[in-house]
Amino acid sequence: MAIASISVSETPLVLYALRRADDALVLGHRLSEWCGHAPMLEEDMALANMGLDLLGQARELYGYAAKIEGSGNDEDKFAYLRDVRQYRNLLLLEQPNGDFARTMVRQFFYAAFADLDWRAMMQSGDATLAAIAAKSEKESAYHLRHSSEWLVRLGDGTEESHRRAQTAIDDLWAYTGEMFEVDDSERSLIANGIAIDPATLRPRWLKTVSDVVSEATLTLPKSNWMQQGGRSGRHSEHLGHLLSELQSMQRTFPGATW
Amino acid sequence: MTLHNDAELRQRAWDVASGVVDPEIPVLTIADLGVLRDVAVTDGHVEVAITPTYSGCPAMNMIALEIELALERAGFADPEVRTVLSPAWTTDWMSDDGRRKLREYGVAPPQPAGSRRALFGVQQVECPQCGSADTELLSEFGSTSCKALWRCRSCREPFDYFKCH
Repeated sequence: MAIASISVSETPLVLYALRRADDALVLGHRLSEWCGHAPMLEEDMALANMGLDLLGQARELYGYAAKIEGSGNDEDKFAYLRDVRQYRNLLLLEQPNGDFARTMVRQFFYAAFADLDWRAMMQSGDATLAAIAAKSEKESAYHLRHSSEWLVRLGDGTEESHRRAQTAIDDLWAYTGEMFEVDDSERSLIANGIAIDPATLRPRWLKTVSDVVSEATLTLPKSNWMQQGGRSGRHSEHLGHLLSELQSMQRTFPGATW
Repeated sequence: MTLHNDAELRQRAWDVASGVVDPEIPVLTIADLGVLRDVAVTDGHVEVAITPTYSGCPAMNMIALEIELALERAGFADPEVRTVLSPAWTTDWMSDDGRRKLREYGVAPPQPAGSRRALFGVQQVECPQCGSADTELLSEFGSTSCKALWRCRSCREPFDYFKCH
């Protein structure tokens, strides 16, 4: 017997917390798919470790969203009992792992953003968001360093690793614009000093990304056309497959616990 | 339990809670780690505040459970453990005694966090086995969230380094 999805009243603050929680959960889940499959033992541990950091961040944010929503939802219900269209994560993060270069490029694009976003959020007028950000910032800084070093190694490595890294950059570039988008819901929080306008982070993001990509002897695409939709629940086909695995236990055995 | 005032009970509860060790690094207590933040007693009811090291650290659930069990064994009924996030935990809170115990256990203690390291910043970590500074990073991530894997070029031993955070 399948169980029905929950409904969520997405006030601006709930939505803001859910968007970032979904980012962390979906990317964390993707990284967990590498467990036992990474090209070497050290990277197997690294990817699982980063996935764990992200899962921890997601739990804090879901817990906070549940508290401010105040209608009986909790971290597990948000993760296990929302449908694809209720997920608010960036399209970039649900993209399949592909090869190792693709996973690292996805990680790098996101970590370069998350690092700035968390650091800015430490100044949020919302004390809980500021506390979660202060915790997460240290983790994202580490993720950024790890993926930056890999990007340089891959791009400036063999012909094969260079080709794979460049292909990943070309394929994923169109998903990076969404990180800097805002809608009316988020604008109200920005005006109140709760949220940070991500557009203000874009020049610094681009500088970090350009510097590392050029050190890696790779190039950024010229195209400025950007894909969008994740923040409002319009996802690529990949998220449904991801959720069917992530949610299978709770959907099949509602309320099952360890 | 005989009647005590809350201040006495608090000291007793603190002593009990601070004896709980990290399940991953059993030579360190949660007090050594700086994970134990506060113990409050109100009308005999104990509330302990702990802070997570890393957001996803799975040892936190275990630590919370161990605190509850230890307090119950010491005669405190229904102790409560809650998690606080702010201020965020830093390796700078690790006691000197904790650093020494960590080194003796074979794990290089964290360097002072101080300023934010540059993206490709160079770290210098001393080998906990032979003390040599001629060491190299093998992997940014180790067997647990809080550790990285290093190797000593002098004695050739690999070792864990408690990441600075």
